[in-house]
Amino acid sequence: MYRYDEFDHAFVRERVEQYRDQVDRRVSGEITEDQFKPLRLMNGVYLQLHAYMLRVAVPYGTLSSTQMRRLAHIARVYDRGYGHFTTRQNIQYNWPKLVDTPKILEELAEVEMHAIQTSGNCIRNVTADHFAGVAADEVADPRPYAEILRQWSSVHPEFSFLPRKFKIAVTGAERDRAAIQTHDIGLHLKKNDAGELGFAVYIGGGQGRTPMVAKLIREFLPESELLSYTTAILRVYNLFGRRDNKYKARIKILVHETGTEELTAQIEAEWEKLRAGELALPDADIAAITSYFAMPNLPERSEGWALLAAEKKRYALFAAWVQQNVTAHKNPDYGVVTISLKPIGGIPGDASDVQMDLIADIAEAYSHDEIRVTHEQNLVLPHVALADLKAVYDRLAGAELATANNNLITDIIACPGLDYCALANARSIPVAQEISNRFGSAERQLEIGELKIKISGCINACGHHHVGHIGILGVEKKGAELYQITLGGSADNETSIGEIVGRGFEPEKITDAIETVVDTYLGLRTSPEETFIQAYRRVGAQPFKTALYGEPAKAA
Amino acid sequence: MALKVLTANRLSDGIAVWLGADGSWQETIDEAFVARHEAALTGLQDAEKVAAFDIQVVDVTLVDVEERDGHLYPLRLRERIRAAGPTVRLDLGKQAETLADDAAAIAA
Ligand code: HEM
Ligand code: SF4
Repeated sequence: MYRYDEFDHAFVRERVEQYRDQVDRRVSGEITEDQFKPLRLMNGVYLQLHAYMLRVAVPYGTLSSTQMRRLAHIARVYDRGYGHFTTRQNIQYNWPKLVDTPKILEELAEVEMHAIQTSGNCIRNVTADHFAGVAADEVADPRPYAEILRQWSSVHPEFSFLPRKFKIAVTGAERDRAAIQTHDIGLHLKKNDAGELGFAVYIGGGQGRTPMVAKLIREFLPESELLSYTTAILRVYNLFGRRDNKYKARIKILVHETGTEELTAQIEAEWEKLRAGELALPDADIAAITSYFAMPNLPERSEGWALLAAEKKRYALFAAWVQQNVTAHKNPDYGVVTISLKPIGGIPGDASDVQMDLIADIAEAYSHDEIRVTHEQNLVLPHVALADLKAVYDRLAGAELATANNNLITDIIACPGLDYCALANARSIPVAQEISNRFGSAERQLEIGELKIKISGCINACGHHHVGHIGILGVEKKGAELYQITLGGSADNETSIGEIVGRGFEPEKITDAIETVVDTYLGLRTSPEETFIQAYRRVGAQPFKTALYGEPAKAA
Repeated sequence: MALKVLTANRLSDGIAVWLGADGSWQETIDEAFVARHEAALTGLQDAEKVAAFDIQVVDVTLVDVEERDGHLYPLRLRERIRAAGPTVRLDLGKQAETLADDAAAIAA
């Protein structure tokens, strides 16, 4: 893992001291809320319905056990005993006191964490494939590049007041697990014919009220030009991105209004001035950062093969969990474990302090001290020997952390919605809970197969509803909650934006509507191998609309 | 006229509060001063302007309520959730504190 150097430590500590002073001045009345709000936001402190909210960055979703224990400690001491892992690989605390936040940030700084750039119109926490460094289908680990981008973008003077927030995601595997095409910049690591590393560059993806799939603007960018090219993109955006209307300020609107070809030409022209200049990354620098992310020394554990086979035969629940939640590791003696934060009927993404401590202990004992946060609001133990899977499973199961539902219908993404969020129009979490309960049976979930439901409590789309196979958007109509269904979204290599099927459903009818959609799919799929999204792409929205609203003539 | 109360979040900890009849900020909505007629509403609107400079609170706003079973019931769900706590965690927020108080009262 990356370790802070002297400079990083000094910088983060200094930031905490500045912030402490800002809070003191606010509490004493020396500065007004208008003056203070941008300052607290720069340190990840929002105000929600019930209290403040602190958003802590987990760079590219990688955590050590020590860091996870500190997150648990903060939940216990300064909050209400839990935290919420988010779709941006961050963690949010829902109840911190403003006056405690400087102390919390100080405690985070001790374990090399902070909340800088988790809000505001700057370059946000860079996200990456949660299986980075271990996925069997990987070309190269994306995290060194995410780390280079993080260092470069931290308090970057030119890019601290962009027209709007800016989100970058990097993936290094064939299969995109980082939803790169829904980001302002998406980078897909690959090798060219000469075997050199570089990136396919996408820009202008985004969700919110105007969802757009990113456009590919460069097939291959040599890795050494990562910063020069990113700078060129940001410079063009910073100059020409709209500042007159915050709903039109994201780069996706600039791409849309300027045209991909024209904007690409502007970026390439800017890049011509920058390339091979001081922003070019020397191989030695890339190698130095990459060394922090080297695969740990994994001892040979081939005894696990036979052991695992025997244990799977003996314990059916364990076998089901291995099948669903354990993925291939680069090293065949090891597996990558997804810890579900979606117990049946639970709150997606929430983890208690006790659970966080337990996961830290398990990671220390069985996963080389490493934990990942996924954008699907789960956690990952990246290096577990097959021989240790049963021990890990038993410990997880004792803390409601072994639900075997990775990628299944109950593995729902949900934003905090109206239970917490000041911008919300409707609740998200209760909808997720009811759907989870309805489809909770293990057999039924397996029969349905891969199906991603994503729920947002307003059009900002923090819960990714636009790219859910089934998306649910909460709106307010005449003072009451109403839920719109979108179908056919996805956030993988073939990213697509879901289509709204028709009028919305009341809270008490939305789960039935989802069941109708699922049953319709089960009735029309060509075989159990045809997934929901494949079937949808084959047949389109009509059969689902008919099932939900009746024959076209009658449909509202 | 819809009944109105004045609400805000407390600066130091962000907790939702309501303006009481004595001019201090209260932690439960039932302790709020209710504007029932135009004159009282004018008073509350003045209080809203003054509160913008009050360093104890932020995000001051008037909300519509009605009376139900002797309790104040905000018309918007958002305000009901602010007054009670998350609907998915009944052990947290005002609802938990009130329940604890009720339990203590019953025990006493
Ligand atoms: C206080 C709570 C939050 C506030 C005020 C907030 C605000 C916003 C706003 C205004 C947008 C729309 C941006 C745009 O369209 O330009 C947005 C988008 C987004 N937020 Fe949040 N959000 C909150 C919580 C969360 C949480 C909990 C998550 C993760 C679960 C999250 C992840 C995202 C994502 C993934 C997007 C869409 C991607 C994009 O920027 O296009 N946010 N948020
Ligand atoms: S989608 Fe809306 S309701 Fe949900 S967290 Fe984002 S801003 Fe809040």
